[in-house]
Amino acid sequence: MVVIDPSITAPELVTPSPAAAYRVKRPVTFGRWFRATGWRHLVAVVMVIFAVFPLLYVLSASFNPGGSLVGSNALFTRIDLQNYVKLFTNPDQPFALWFLNTILIGTVTSVCTVFLGALAAYAFSRMRFRGRRAGLLSLMLIQMFPQYLAVVAIFLLLSAISDVFPILGLGSQLGLILVYLGGALGVNTYLMYGFFSTVPVSIDEAAKLDGASHVQIFFTIILRLVAPILAVVGLLSFIATTGEYVIASIVLTDPNTQTLAVGLYSFVSQAFSNNWSIFAAGAVLAAIPVMAVFLALQKYIVGGLTAGSVK
Amino acid sequence: MAALLVKIALLGILDALAVYAVFILVGLHQWAAVVVTVLITGLINWIYLGRGKRLPAKYLTPGVIFLVVFQVFVVLFSGYIAFTNYSDGHNSTKEDAVNSIIQVAEKRVADSPAYKLSVLESGGTYSFLVTDPKGVVKVGSADQPLTPAPDAKHDSTGKAVGLDGYTTLTLSQILANQAAITAVRVPLSDNPSAGALRTDDANAAYVYRSNLSYDAKADTFTDADGVVYVNSGKGSFATADGSKTLSPGWKVDVGIANFVKAFTNEQISGPLWRVIVWTFAFAILSVLATFALGLFLAIVLNHPTLRGKKFYRVLVILPYAFPAFLSGLVWAGLLNPQFGFVNQVIFGGADIPWLTDPWLARFSVILVNLWLGYPYMFLVCTGALQSLPEELDEAARVDGASPWRVFRSIKLPLLLVSVAPLLIASFAFNFNNFNVIYMLTRGWPRFTDTTFDIGSTDLLITMVYKVAFGQGGARDYGLASALSILIFLLVAVVSIIAFRRTKALEEIN
Repeated sequence: MVVIDPSITAPELVTPSPAAAYRVKRPVTFGRWFRATGWRHLVAVVMVIFAVFPLLYVLSASFNPGGSLVGSNALFTRIDLQNYVKLFTNPDQPFALWFLNTILIGTVTSVCTVFLGALAAYAFSRMRFRGRRAGLLSLMLIQMFPQYLAVVAIFLLLSAISDVFPILGLGSQLGLILVYLGGALGVNTYLMYGFFSTVPVSIDEAAKLDGASHVQIFFTIILRLVAPILAVVGLLSFIATTGEYVIASIVLTDPNTQTLAVGLYSFVSQAFSNNWSIFAAGAVLAAIPVMAVFLALQKYIVGGLTAGSVK
Repeated sequence: MAALLVKIALLGILDALAVYAVFILVGLHQWAAVVVTVLITGLINWIYLGRGKRLPAKYLTPGVIFLVVFQVFVVLFSGYIAFTNYSDGHNSTKEDAVNSIIQVAEKRVADSPAYKLSVLESGGTYSFLVTDPKGVVKVGSADQPLTPAPDAKHDSTGKAVGLDGYTTLTLSQILANQAAITAVRVPLSDNPSAGALRTDDANAAYVYRSNLSYDAKADTFTDADGVVYVNSGKGSFATADGSKTLSPGWKVDVGIANFVKAFTNEQISGPLWRVIVWTFAFAILSVLATFALGLFLAIVLNHPTLRGKKFYRVLVILPYAFPAFLSGLVWAGLLNPQFGFVNQVIFGGADIPWLTDPWLARFSVILVNLWLGYPYMFLVCTGALQSLPEELDEAARVDGASPWRVFRSIKLPLLLVSVAPLLIASFAFNFNNFNVIYMLTRGWPRFTDTTFDIGSTDLLITMVYKVAFGQGGARDYGLASALSILIFLLVAVVSIIAFRRTKALEEIN
């Protein structure tokens, strides 16, 4: 361990960083540039190719009028929108419905998740009660067990509910949303709790002195101050819900009620090679909204991801 | 004031729904569900109508209710199912099974008289109004055995054609509902062995009786040849030597039989051990590979004078933004042995079995998961690296440490402290990474030493899914639940050990 004497802060003792020193003294040659930052560009370019190539490949396949897997290997040689037209006109695969179902289920689930999570995080961060620590600990542990581990029990529970309330049972999107909300607290409360706790309690106290009730404080003050984490949790929940396959595939049996994950998978797995281009078009359309929102909110998401660990 | 009104309105709606639910449940004699509904509704009203100490509960209740029902309860329920023989052929009560066995074995009685038939409808269910050869008129439906109907209206031939409270179906209505009508079976009496009336043409009904007769006292079935099927005690009727079993069976508790089966049945135990080992290998290798690549890339791009850093960063995290279920399918196309881009273009038409050779398939799955997972680690490591104080780096260099030494002895240990909890979470996530496996290989290539649909790249969770909901083979919910309980135990043990070694749990105050 290096111990630095705090008294030694005189400017003459601060060594300039080696890179800066070299740059002043010696002429820039290729070798030197390569050793300093050039190899980093090389690595970065290789990684960018690795990262982006599959995405470009799908995009290219979606424009390929040939339609099959083997025809998709000639990248961007032909550009044609007929796969997109087929996607919406072929009655075998109700893509537009899948898309709407996905947006609907994802939006309702993520909005409710944010709300339920925010309520719980507010209680954990602002109130002191018996079982608080135990509650937080259990939520943290529950995160380790994704809901779909109990997929068999969920299936049997929903099929029992179907006998009594068909509107909430197997085949019902509402039932699926309720199941997803079971995971609302487990995954997000801990993340939100950390962020809620960064809002100074003095703000609450000032509002309380002005006569605000706890409900008013929550809805009009706290929720606005923690808006970034609400956006992050909402988005993460939306992405998780729209990509969920296990539970959605057993609950939604009618093709017209299915989500993109279930519908596209069964569509492409029926005739893998032949349906390839149409699937690619569907994949592009399914991915664009998620990727757009993700990149737009990237700053917040990265903050949210690291909030749990990096102090 | 407004808040109070909203609260009362919401509670009112909830209570109305609960009352409605209770009415339906009482009608179905689901007493346990009635008690649970009443208790939960009562508790919610108690919480929201009170004051003072109940405040935290007011904020926690909405989420906790969903958590309890759809996360905690279903886990406990899995635990229960794991100790039953719940499966495709064993999914109901014994009474249902007996009725179903009788019906399946039903044949038209050779000398059955012809009952003249009018099909009636009331409230969406079909009833048979029959006139037997002696002119006696009876009415009945699937749920209501035949009872005399002396008030029926007759036509000129003496056939009963109508009854108060029912509408008689016209020929066109009958034609439109053929399948439903030919499926109706009207029991002759309360005794299921007495047989039932069925029809082929909606004109005449005949007596159908089962080849199997059920003796309720002895709890046995006897078929026409005199073979006796006894209650095997395992949720089915079987001959004494066990050679023949009647289907369907019913649900019974079987103790730890599912766990025993999983580890001793030669069709399952060998593949199961391989799947367990592979699940651990997949999770560990995925975490190590994604972390190594993510960290390396973070270090490479985290350089003060590197140009185009932001540009590179956006591009390398793109796989993370792409929906995961699509990634598996896209890579399945890229790696397709016959037509895929990788074989056709990169390897110039080679025939490399990326997804069909057991070891190459395992490699491919890890590779694809690396593509999916490294951006997350990259983001996390970039954040962690940037939060390390500059001075450490400079102080170590002043002391003459090489960059590698600085990284290995100073930065990496500090980094690990902050990202360790995320690595554990990542392990738990990959342990159950259903989407990448199922979308890419479906767990295949299949093992050749078992008839179950289990393969070289199957994780425990995909195995559970296929055992419970797979095409083809019987759906064995009991065995699948036993396997998911196994996953719970494994993940719990690993997490507890791992968390104990980090300080993550101490941060909660």
